Amino acid sequence: MTDSIQDLADHARELFGGAITDVRESAGQLTLELRRDDILPVCTRLRDDSAFAFAQLMDLCGVDYLDYGKESPAGSRSGPRFAVVYHLLSLKHNRRIRLRAWLDEEMPLIASVTHIWNSANWYEREAFDLFGIVFEGHPDLRRILTDYGFVGHPFRKDFPLIGQVEMRYDPEKQRVVYQPVSIEPRVLVPRVIREEGFAKE
Amino acid sequence: MNFGPQHPAAHGVLRLVLELDGEVVMRADPHVGLLHRATEKLAESKPYNQSIGYMDRLDYVSMMSNEHAYVLAIEKLLGMEPPLRAQYIRVMFDEITRLLNHVFWIGAHALDIGAMTVFLYAFREREDLFDIYEAATGARMHATYYRPGGVYRDLPDSMPQYLPSRLRSAEDLERLNANRQGSLLDFIWDFTERFPKHVDEYETLLTNNRIWKQRTVGIGVVSPERALQLGFTGPMLRGSGVEWDLRKKQPYEVYDRLEFDIPVGVNGDCYDRYLVRVEEMRQANKIIRQCVEWLRRNPGPVMTDDHKVAPPRREEMKADMEALIHHFKLFTEGYCIPAGEAYAAIEHPKGEFGVYLISDGANKPYRVKLRSAGFAHLAAMDEMARGHMIADVVAIIGTMDIVFGEIDR
Repeated sequence: MTDSIQDLADHARELFGGAITDVRESAGQLTLELRRDDILPVCTRLRDDSAFAFAQLMDLCGVDYLDYGKESPAGSRSGPRFAVVYHLLSLKHNRRIRLRAWLDEEMPLIASVTHIWNSANWYEREAFDLFGIVFEGHPDLRRILTDYGFVGHPFRKDFPLIGQVEMRYDPEKQRVVYQPVSIEPRVLVPRVIREEGFAKE
Repeated sequence: MNFGPQHPAAHGVLRLVLELDGEVVMRADPHVGLLHRATEKLAESKPYNQSIGYMDRLDYVSMMSNEHAYVLAIEKLLGMEPPLRAQYIRVMFDEITRLLNHVFWIGAHALDIGAMTVFLYAFREREDLFDIYEAATGARMHATYYRPGGVYRDLPDSMPQYLPSRLRSAEDLERLNANRQGSLLDFIWDFTERFPKHVDEYETLLTNNRIWKQRTVGIGVVSPERALQLGFTGPMLRGSGVEWDLRKKQPYEVYDRLEFDIPVGVNGDCYDRYLVRVEEMRQANKIIRQCVEWLRRNPGPVMTDDHKVAPPRREEMKADMEALIHHFKLFTEGYCIPAGEAYAAIEHPKGEFGVYLISDGANKPYRVKLRSAGFAHLAAMDEMARGHMIADVVAIIGTMDIVFGEIDR
């Protein structure tokens, strides 16, 4: 870890204590993993504390870790299935940070950060639509990207890439009807995980 | 009232449900997703390189910028850096793309609020820019030019020319081919010589135009605080007076070696954002000129020689067994990226375009999240349109520079 990231991580640890379950660094970027229940106080602090000043929520997305590392020798990872990932940007310190909160499969529920950063509104709707993550306290949690009346959450790993239904025009009923997909799923390039240093001299 | 999805001023497939009190908008509820293609999910099912082409189709008026963010994210995870010449080529094409985007935007925005001529002027310049794209990549729009580790190929030494045909006289042909005698860089240079005059032409038509000002000044005002809250980026944020540009603040590629200024607005209305974008065109032109000068002086490789990521040259492949193996492996399986996650953001013509990539060590991404600027901007539609007239909604859609390819993804 470079210095400024290290400082940031230390400061966050000091301030939030038990709320942070893990601190990770990947490709020079800092990730704080948070307890789900502490998301609101931590986010408010991150925005308002002048040492952080993360004024902008750049991105918020859901991730489904169901198949993570399935092809690796170690096998799939165990642990909670869903995560919500926040990308924050501080204009004052010119710095980014990533937050991750893990959610369990039975009830993927987390508090909404809409009133901390208004831009979260549509991002949370998107995560709800695509992953079925429920944001408590969101003012208007509707589907956003999928069709009216869509069933299921398409970006979950157990949702097939080809989808469940297809549309066609029915000349008898004189309208468009839904029916189960008639195409077969196929994989052109299989997914493989090569261990570190594979095929290197 | 239902506005769209087939309305010409909706810039694609926006269905906007407006609640009105007479002519005044009380609430605006954009319904998006009519162009949803699940790019992120498709990318999860393909080796990394096969998704580059999808990125072009996100924001289909600034194609290469999208590719750039995706390629940068991969490079971040691989921990590699492309050759310097490739970085200059990327920056040059990013700025050419910015021109493409802004030129299209100014035409469409002006057309929406009642100025037909600008559209025709704008498309004259776009034609040349597409020719530049075509000469370098073979495609006029969806280039698929950037690769992890560099760009697909070097810039050509000759510019394709118009051919004689029954429809063109000899004088026409000569005139059309006059600036196509040299290399692509010569053509780009010639374009940058002409372009500031063209921007002057747009400005003559619009900047002091009374109708234009009546339609844009004081419309869709966003304060700097609100702009930050709403996640605005790019010209939308700078129009509100926040000096923030990733090219300056978090320079990627060679932006820190180039000289350019960042225009900032004052009032945060549609007119200021217009001025910011016009000035950005002039600055982009300046950057392109610096890149052309550098590229002329410095030939060199445009692709990394790490053949785990980039394919070897064809000639090598015919003679060298190892090169053949590399080629076979790359095109059947692709390359694996060490497990980890990275977020790469660039200053896209519309704002911050980010790619968040999670890898579990496989030859395909585990999760790709595309952060498009337009998504956050359109989410502010309700707040910006409230209290304005219906006709102003069109101006606000225009000033947001909305393209549905990137919003719906």
